[in-house]
Amino acid sequence: MRLDIDDVTIETAGTRLVEHVDLTVGSGAFVGLVGPNGSGKTTLLRSLYRALRPSGGVVRLDGGDLHAMDPRAAARVLAALPQESSAEFDFTVTEVVAMGRLPHQGRTAASDREICTRAMERTGVDHLADRGFLGLSGGEKQRVLLARALAQQPRVLILDEPTNHLDIAHQLDVLSLVRGSGLTVLAALHDLNLAAAHCDVLYVLDGGRIVASGPPHDILEPPLLAKVFGVRAHTVRHPATGARQLLFDLLPPTT
Amino acid sequence: MRRRTAPSRIPVLPLSLSLLLLLLVSLVGGVALGAAGVGWAEVPRFLWAGLTGGTVRAGDAAAYTIVWEIRLPRVLIGATVGAGLAAVGVAVQALVRNALADPFVLGISSGAAVGANAVILLGAFAGLGVWALSASAFVSALAAMALVYAVARSPQGLTPLRLILTGTALAYGFQAVTTVMVFGAARGEAARSAMMWLLGSLGGATWAQVPLAAVTVAAGWAWLRRRAEALNALAMGDETAAALGVGPARLRRELFVVTAAVTGTVVAVSGAIGFVGLMVPHVARMLVGADHRRVLAVAPLAGAVLLVWADVLSRLVLAPAELPVGVITAVVGVPAFLLLMRRGGYAFGGR
Repeated sequence: MRLDIDDVTIETAGTRLVEHVDLTVGSGAFVGLVGPNGSGKTTLLRSLYRALRPSGGVVRLDGGDLHAMDPRAAARVLAALPQESSAEFDFTVTEVVAMGRLPHQGRTAASDREICTRAMERTGVDHLADRGFLGLSGGEKQRVLLARALAQQPRVLILDEPTNHLDIAHQLDVLSLVRGSGLTVLAALHDLNLAAAHCDVLYVLDGGRIVASGPPHDILEPPLLAKVFGVRAHTVRHPATGARQLLFDLLPPTT
Repeated sequence: MRRRTAPSRIPVLPLSLSLLLLLLVSLVGGVALGAAGVGWAEVPRFLWAGLTGGTVRAGDAAAYTIVWEIRLPRVLIGATVGAGLAAVGVAVQALVRNALADPFVLGISSGAAVGANAVILLGAFAGLGVWALSASAFVSALAAMALVYAVARSPQGLTPLRLILTGTALAYGFQAVTTVMVFGAARGEAARSAMMWLLGSLGGATWAQVPLAAVTVAAGWAWLRRRAEALNALAMGDETAAALGVGPARLRRELFVVTAAVTGTVVAVSGAIGFVGLMVPHVARMLVGADHRRVLAVAPLAGAVLLVWADVLSRLVLAPAELPVGVITAVVGVPAFLLLMRRGGYAFGGR
């Protein structure tokens, strides 16, 4: 399923957080959204999973207006991993994953169980089924939430900093899980090397506007990184794999 | 390291059925026990006579009246109030996403107290006769809720923290008004009955209150059960709820209305009985886990049983005088709760 963000502007309390953003995620593509803190990544993503309504512009799923859809119908095709994880009550992993079935109608307990079990197997958390969610490690939690999103059986997946607080092995693990899901994915990512390695296309957001977009290695160039992130970047080749890697340090002071 | 395994959970169906059976036994027990000695053997006979419209001997008329006209409505109201407080406690804890919340955190009981004490102490609304107290408490409870709602509203909708802060702040204001009325009252006995009402009592229960209270509580519970899965999503956070197709703002508004209606009704017939709405939801979660579908199957039954027995004790401990039932729920409930909490490895918001 194809996701089009068409001239979207988002205002809250009189402040424009996102301005005239155009962004397209082709069917089955993995698109990354990068940008400094406060550039509007989370705000833009929140408008996609309907925590916010854009004040201008349209979000389309295969051409249909997302915000005109019934909320539950929209949740059947678009799942999200928001940044929060602030549960007050200790649900078990099974219960958390089962919440992904909520938007679906005409379901039976047996088919729900089977779908949830499969989702948990895919993200490797089936052995945690009876554990309390609050007692899990950060990496386990993220994989459980991913299983919930998969149990939603969506066609589009929205991820907000899915690798936050994860160690490097779990970062790679989560992203390759998402990559392997075959879904249309839009993810906000902090780590530029990780983003470059996993995404088909990157969009760079700065001050609520898209300032660059394209294949990662075409756009993550030192001048852009200096302008947007305020860092000096060098490109090197990975000695073993030959993959391009970015190294960063502070910009030299200008007079 | 926090606990590594989930606590053992009790299957919900057998538990609910046992609680239901226990509730029936408790209802009969609550009717049989009391300060005025009515023989155990007599009670079923009187109940049967009342149910089938049968006759009792002239010599039993006084005992029959105690059983059928005084104790039975009181026990039924007790069960209804207990079930209502427990169900609404679950709802409020999900509404404000806070384990410390109870049905009164939104200022509703202090608001109701203002209305009730206006009747008890100042003799307001005397034109309503025996309904004055309930009606005044109910109306002022709803007015308090409406005020909290109006103040707590923000462009983001009803956010949990704003709700709690507004409810708590306004509760202090309502309490100040009540205190002024209590201190200003000329008669000492009136202050005593005001106190009784503030701590909760089922002493004023009549048959006339039973249908309305029971229907409101049952309707509120049915609605909560229907939205139980949405409550699960809301408990995980507003963003998660939105991503699962549950509008958090709308669900909170609905919860607010249900809470206001049920709590208002319950408070109007029994006063502000504390602790049931805070503790019973947690006990239910310890037994069956956090899933609201299961919690809402167990908590109202447990609340009903608890309150029936608390009321029995409140009648017996200082007989023929009565203690406020809120004192009993606290005295019996607190140690039981602390014991369960320490034993069970139960996580309150992961803390």
